[in-house]
Amino acid sequence: MEWFEYLSFGKNGWGDELASGLGITLSLALITLPIGLFLGFSVAAASVAKKTYPRLIAFTFTTMIRGLPELLTLFIIYHGVGLLLNKIIKWLNPDAGFFELSPFVAGIIALGLVFGGYSGEVLRGAWQALDKGQREAALATGMSQLQIFRLIELPQMLRLALPGLGNLWINLLKDTALVSVIALNDLMRMANIAVGSTKKPFLFFLTVCLTYWAICIFFEWCIARLEKRANRGIRTS
Amino acid sequence: MSTSLQSEPALHVEELHKSFGDIKVLKGVSLTAKKHDVISIIGSSGSGKSTFLRCMNLLEFPNAGRIRVHGEQLELSQGVEQGNSKNLQSQIERIRSRLGMVFQSFNLWSHMSVLENVMLGPCTVLKRNRDSVEIQAKALLSRVGMLEKSHMYPDHLSGGQKQRVAIARALAMEPDVMLFDEPTSALDPELVNEVLLVIRELAEEGRTMIMVTHEMRFARDVSSHVIFLHQGKIEEQGPPEQLFNAPKSEHLQRFLSTQY
Amino acid sequence: MFEVLIDYWPKLLDGMSMTLKLTFISVVIAGLLSLPLAILRRSKNKAFQWPIRLFVSFFRGTPLLAQLFLIYYGSGQFREELTDLGVWWFFRDPFYCALFTFALNSTAYQLEILRGGLQAVPYGEIEAGVALGMKRTLLYRTIILPHTYRIALPALGNEIILMLKGSAIASVITLMDVMGHTRRVFSQTFDISVYFWAAIIYLMITTLFVFAWRLLEKRLTRHMYYPVNNKHLPAPKALNPPKETCHVN
Repeated sequence: MEWFEYLSFGKNGWGDELASGLGITLSLALITLPIGLFLGFSVAAASVAKKTYPRLIAFTFTTMIRGLPELLTLFIIYHGVGLLLNKIIKWLNPDAGFFELSPFVAGIIALGLVFGGYSGEVLRGAWQALDKGQREAALATGMSQLQIFRLIELPQMLRLALPGLGNLWINLLKDTALVSVIALNDLMRMANIAVGSTKKPFLFFLTVCLTYWAICIFFEWCIARLEKRANRGIRTS
Repeated sequence: MSTSLQSEPALHVEELHKSFGDIKVLKGVSLTAKKHDVISIIGSSGSGKSTFLRCMNLLEFPNAGRIRVHGEQLELSQGVEQGNSKNLQSQIERIRSRLGMVFQSFNLWSHMSVLENVMLGPCTVLKRNRDSVEIQAKALLSRVGMLEKSHMYPDHLSGGQKQRVAIARALAMEPDVMLFDEPTSALDPELVNEVLLVIRELAEEGRTMIMVTHEMRFARDVSSHVIFLHQGKIEEQGPPEQLFNAPKSEHLQRFLSTQY
Repeated sequence: MFEVLIDYWPKLLDGMSMTLKLTFISVVIAGLLSLPLAILRRSKNKAFQWPIRLFVSFFRGTPLLAQLFLIYYGSGQFREELTDLGVWWFFRDPFYCALFTFALNSTAYQLEILRGGLQAVPYGEIEAGVALGMKRTLLYRTIILPHTYRIALPALGNEIILMLKGSAIASVITLMDVMGHTRRVFSQTFDISVYFWAAIIYLMITTLFVFAWRLLEKRLTRHMYYPVNNKHLPAPKALNPPKETCHVN
């Protein structure tokens, strides 16, 4: 069989299986993004809070996320949260059967936590880099706090955070491959399955690599365009 | 507008006190700006003149005192700020919207074009119709000579141009009083005049204005009233001829002698 | 909670040495490879530039796990050819494959960091050296490289931590590092607290490393600090404190 045939769609080829895996990979990343971003904003807000407790919690959280291997975080969530849920279910209903946390959900939680931890740092940096005068000018016009955040601070913050967030998005895309280890049928695992039955590991893993590569290059291009748009009007020396 | 508002002063502040930590910056300062007044506040650095101005629109929260603008009265005392009630917050926002502020460092919103900078306040705070705001904003920009730059971003403007846009932005709110916080101090010397020219025109058309300034000659020319602030108190005030030609206080004499 | 630790601490310790070995060796190899490549990458010759660009883009644009599978499992497809070449023993061994992959991956990242550092060397300082009649090698040794590494140091530290964390995926190809032992212990005991201990180990290593790296940075950037000849002077203050860079690769 030719290489091309292995990758074809249909009964003999693995093209459709790989494509479905790719769909899962992309949807995992796309669902995780808003969740992680929301968490990141919360972490950033907590880390610039006036009170000590939120700051302490934010610091502990980011330190842990930055210090733990993503794979370990994933296992902790997959097994730990699963166990916890089962304990709760057992407590509520002793007759209930064993409930298994789906790898997809575990992936969203774990990758969301990772994205939240890192993006929290990026957003905090952007927040602290804001020019105080911009807020003052808005205050002097009589804008409310909410208006100031939405119209002045958020757009400027996002511009400053964009390169960092773009990097994190690329990392998130790549990290989705880890979830194949807990048996999510993503691109990586579909390739594994294909290798199992065809004995063509190089072909399939090369295909996987090239696919990820293409995705990353595509998004890098998107991010560069976004940055260019966000930086219109900003003079770079 | 009722007749009582007509006869009322545009801005009245009474007995403002402000300290930062242990340092008392303002020790009971009062000021009344009648309609069409142009009041200059002078004094050496550290005299509290900028703080005084920033207290008027509550960018700094005074520890005690009273502010009245546009029939709106605000009683300030220690701890009121902490209360942070919704009513107070919206009252503060209303007061601020009646006072136009021009900053030393311009503070134009860097992610918005010149036109958007001018339009944002009227559209979001006063909730006015965009089309009419745009017409007015363009008129204001042409008055300060910045109409042809209305689609540029602040970063591409010179300091003098930025400050002229900032003035247009403040005017767009149709404020009762314009506050200027050392509007020319951050400018290169050759750009000072284009900004002073705009401010002078505003004074001549009868705008009520309060400005903190280092430009003594300018203050003398355009002001109707001058206040000399020294160590957080009004040391001397009166018409400019009196203050500049026959200063009574020793501090003011010394201050003026260092200015020319 | 402590039973797992009492029963299995020798395994975890064993895993720790494997994790450290993997990380250390691959980072050092990458450190040696990345500098000459970074210099070549900056040369005007397109024949050097493009292969290096592709290499960097590939290793930064694909998951480490996929790279590892490509090299470890993928090499199996060419078993005969590799045996003929006499290198099959290398590709058969998961440890060597992990090292090889991690080293290449880290080279790509370190190369980019050094490229940024090289770019940031003030041109005036190089010119000053040229004006003294310095040769290229001397210029590099005495002016350009010290500058480059000082600038690149925080980012390189970040990259090493990322590699340390990334090395956990070696467990997927049966290597018994911290993660590998942890997974095995969990599958034998179903005691969730073993993950907790693994987390402690990783956090400990990263924290210690961050401290050690800070010390190194301080030493190498001491020219940016006030001299402390006078004991009455307050603690040395950074004129230009090394910025805490965001932990993003």
